[in-house]
Amino acid sequence: MFSLIRTAWDIFLHAFRRRVTIQYPEVKSYIPPRWRGRIILSRDPDGGERCVACYLCAAACPVDCIALQAAEDEYGRRYPAFFRINFSRCIFCGYCEEACPTYAIQLTPDYEMCEYTRQPLVYEKEDLLIDGTGKYHDYNYYKVAGLTIKDKGKGEAGNEAPPVDVRSLMP
Amino acid sequence: MATIYIDNKPYEVKDGNNLLHACLSLGFNVPYFCWHPAMHSVGACRQCAVKQFKDEKDTRGRIVMSCMTPASDGTRISIDDPEVKAFRASIIEWFMTNHPHDCPVCDEGGECHLQDMTQMTGHVYRRFRFKKRTYNNQYLGPFLTHEMNRCIQCYRCVRFYRDYAGGRDFDVFASHNHVYFGRHEDGVLQNEFSGNLVEVCPTGVFDDKTFNKHYTRKWDLQTAPSICVHCGVGCNTIPGERYGRLRRIRNRYNGEVNRYFLCDRGRYGYEFVNSDRRIRRPLLRPTPHDGDSSGGESTVAGEEALRHIADLLYFGAGVIGIGSPRASLEANFALRSLVGPEHFYSGTSDTDSRLVAMIIDILSKGPARSPSLLEVESADAVFVLGEDVTNTAPVLALALRRSARQKPMEAARKQHIPCWDDAATRNAIQDAKGPFYIAAPYSTRLEDLSAHSYHAAPDDLARLGFAVAHELNKALPYVEGLPEQVRSLAGSIAGALKDAQRPLIVSGTGCGSEAVIQAAADIAWALSNGGRRADLCFTAPECNSLGLGLMGGHSLDGAFRAVQEGAADTVIILENDLYRRADEGAVNNFLGRVKHAVIIDHLTTPTSHKAEAALPAAAFAEADGTLVNSEGRAQRFYQVFVPEGGIQESWRWLRDIMITTRRAYAREWENPDAVMAALAEALPVFKQIQDIAPPAGFRIAGMKIPRQHQRYSGRTAMFADITVFEPRPPKDPDSPLSFTMEGYQGRPPSPLIPRFWSPGWNSVQAVNKFQSEVGGPLHGGDPGKRLLEPAEVKEIPFFKAIPGAFVSRKGEWLFIPVYHLFGSEEMSILSPGIAELSPRPYLGLNLEEANNLQVSAGEEIEVNVNGAVYQLPVRHVPGLPAGVAGLPAGLPGVHKATLPAWGSLSKTSGMVEVV
Ligand code: SF4
Ligand code: SF4
Ligand code: SF4
Ligand code: SF4
Ligand code: FES
Repeated sequence: MFSLIRTAWDIFLHAFRRRVTIQYPEVKSYIPPRWRGRIILSRDPDGGERCVACYLCAAACPVDCIALQAAEDEYGRRYPAFFRINFSRCIFCGYCEEACPTYAIQLTPDYEMCEYTRQPLVYEKEDLLIDGTGKYHDYNYYKVAGLTIKDKGKGEAGNEAPPVDVRSLMP
Repeated sequence: MATIYIDNKPYEVKDGNNLLHACLSLGFNVPYFCWHPAMHSVGACRQCAVKQFKDEKDTRGRIVMSCMTPASDGTRISIDDPEVKAFRASIIEWFMTNHPHDCPVCDEGGECHLQDMTQMTGHVYRRFRFKKRTYNNQYLGPFLTHEMNRCIQCYRCVRFYRDYAGGRDFDVFASHNHVYFGRHEDGVLQNEFSGNLVEVCPTGVFDDKTFNKHYTRKWDLQTAPSICVHCGVGCNTIPGERYGRLRRIRNRYNGEVNRYFLCDRGRYGYEFVNSDRRIRRPLLRPTPHDGDSSGGESTVAGEEALRHIADLLYFGAGVIGIGSPRASLEANFALRSLVGPEHFYSGTSDTDSRLVAMIIDILSKGPARSPSLLEVESADAVFVLGEDVTNTAPVLALALRRSARQKPMEAARKQHIPCWDDAATRNAIQDAKGPFYIAAPYSTRLEDLSAHSYHAAPDDLARLGFAVAHELNKALPYVEGLPEQVRSLAGSIAGALKDAQRPLIVSGTGCGSEAVIQAAADIAWALSNGGRRADLCFTAPECNSLGLGLMGGHSLDGAFRAVQEGAADTVIILENDLYRRADEGAVNNFLGRVKHAVIIDHLTTPTSHKAEAALPAAAFAEADGTLVNSEGRAQRFYQVFVPEGGIQESWRWLRDIMITTRRAYAREWENPDAVMAALAEALPVFKQIQDIAPPAGFRIAGMKIPRQHQRYSGRTAMFADITVFEPRPPKDPDSPLSFTMEGYQGRPPSPLIPRFWSPGWNSVQAVNKFQSEVGGPLHGGDPGKRLLEPAEVKEIPFFKAIPGAFVSRKGEWLFIPVYHLFGSEEMSILSPGIAELSPRPYLGLNLEEANNLQVSAGEEIEVNVNGAVYQLPVRHVPGLPAGVAGLPAGLPGVHKATLPAWGSLSKTSGMVEVV
């Protein structure tokens, strides 16, 4: 009997506590930048596509919801010819971001992507690719890789010596 | 057997090997780079270090290179000793100092031996803070990419290219830490086996350029065991598919056939499967016989096509079937069952039919045995008679390079150099050449191996062969009127063959001459007289020539006659372009006369254009089937992927036709096993093909074997643009393999290995884990069943008819086929890279002859042969005898079907003066 009354009293006291419910969607809660929400593909500081179509995110994905096809431009720079994420399968685990060697694929604090059917949840590269660098501002994979691309020849990446002269015998 | 102690545990190992070989064979993970199971040890990379101890009491030990230390009885080593582990980690750290930050954009990534070894040794962080060395790359042709920055200087590439494959235009340049692996200048790699650099190089310096155009990681490829269809050798391959397109071919180790290497035709010829010329839906085309000459064709549903064909068969006046040496046994047998054996014609040129039948006869009725390529490698005296092996059976040529070393290797053995010590062996051998003789109609790529090459017209080659046979067995007829030089050459060849432990005669259908084949058989038989072993290796023109030969079937001429005489008015052509088999006129005449022609093929060909109905057949990667290679080994290939459109296996189409025409027994043909069972019953020579591989119902622990790697990605996104509801994976009623990633993850039986992968071994080097011993047979035995074995004969059926010497004719030339790795084969030439490297049609003459005719290379000349007239530029073909001219075999535009044949030449500006 006593406990019944005490419970009723406790509940009554709650009426005077601070409210935690917020009036979503009019009011939005704070989401930290490292929240794992809608996935984007970012660009490097020069504006080039960061994704080099290495397939690592696809391999890391536990639900296998990333599919892409690698292609190469005329100078040898790699990019995905298509890049598809099926968000109706995605569990937002962030493994793809962890696997990505170029910071191309990033999870963002956006979680508002409900649809009435599943088909619109299939995002193609046009839907994924943003114009900025996302969370990582400075990294530019091709500046450290040995591959040549337009405007960067052999020996011009970070920490590289100029190409060897094969015909020289100098030490 | 020797007992060695590894980390204090005793193991039994074979005598005479090195420690690395022993450790890997026992299943230990010892990292290595420069050692290669086919090229053995040079001790260059220092990666395979282990610690060796004098005896139990020795606790200090010393670090040795396991690849350079014999695994002799009582050897005590440690792989896990902390000091040696640190040593190995520091070695790889050195290798990585200059290695670029390339893995994500490197085609090797995910199947990189350097990645695997780095993981294995535990090197994680780069401490080297100085600048990385870089190189400029080279253009190496349409097949290989070059990214020298990734090189770790293991020297495997040069050792393969120069020492193993006999290439000359690739080497190591520069000095100290600048060494460079490439050509002296940009250009197409000339060696026929250059594609193997992709698998030989442990890093991403060399990668497959055709694969790069539609690149996919190894783990994303759907793969299945397959067989190369581009020549008669029957190399085992692993084709890989993604998104419905065939992406690449990799080698599938078979200890008795191709072992570690493929040729470039086999590796890069796959692109025909993706070609625009594929027939993808059933086609019906009104024929002039229907009173409609509009020629418009229409694609129809499979049922409609089948009904149409069934009507033709009902109302036709007689139906014949033309099989194909490039179709599987199952397909040919299904056609034979549909039309009946008496109406089944093998779709090969008459020359090929006769020669293949003769080869089968020789191998099954005589005492000489057709060797596997492994046995070819151990032959110690070789006589190649009338064959341009490098261009007709490329991987056989690679095996012959091994045989040429056997005799000189004895010198090394005498100096107690173990055969795996490659550098020392080479030093001991120097330039010594084993007994290796070549007699061919023109100069071939193997001639650097032979002390004596003899070039002559086919008949003269046969005469040399018969003369050798006579030297070996004086009871055989004497060849009259042989020039003295040739006779003494015959004497020395006979002597060398007689002295050898394992003599080998190589011949084949290349010359198009029965006499040459007979002469080769006589030599081998003369040698094996008295119970000695002599091997007789024939090349076959196509991937299933021998299978079709064993099945029998009338000659193509017979088919032409049957229609000419009105015995038949309907023909079903299986995977065959008749224009490659007989003269254009004869085929035109034939196809014009038949009322109804039905073709089942995967490509549109000049023949298919004339057919009334065309059914889309599955190419090798889309079907299961069995092929018989030139050794007589029946081998199974499996479907890699399910093609789009209305494509199905030829035998299924034929079965469907049978069902539509109410042949009840065909209903039982649910899978290839049923077809094979029927084949084995109808033709007992094929009895063993049911034992090549486990039947379709085979399961391991209730599971199928997955065609997809367990890391296969994109399952829920690949088709999501079409529908977000993932389609069910296709079922495979035909084999114990499945089109999924689920299933038995352990090691499957050897005929069913869909890929070489093992935890920690992502590169092709994982094959070590599938072999019972490094370089030995796969676990459970190498796949394939030999259908041809020599007979126990009392009386050897020697051939005694010796052809007369070749006499050149005034104003006429004997045209013989000249073979090309790139171009002579029908399907591989649809690969853009192969088309780029294939020659344009030409007329081959030797220099002297061309000078006599006053034509220079490149000048056009009119060629008149077999009733056809060609305008062809002249090209010098070294070695061609006088009075003999060469035409490139199989090139579009010039057919070898009826070569050799006599014909004439005339300069475009009037007749050639004949001197
Ligand atoms: S891991 Fe990064 S670079 Fe690689 S494919 Fe995915 S998004 Fe592109
Ligand atoms: S060779 Fe291997 S380790 Fe080097 S970049 Fe390529 S994948 Fe990475
Ligand atoms: S190119 Fe490859 S095979 Fe050749 S030395 Fe370098 S790493 Fe070794
Ligand atoms: S030798 Fe023949 S079977 Fe082997 S890979 Fe080359 S073409 Fe294919
Ligand atoms: S593998 Fe032994 S030293 Fe290279």
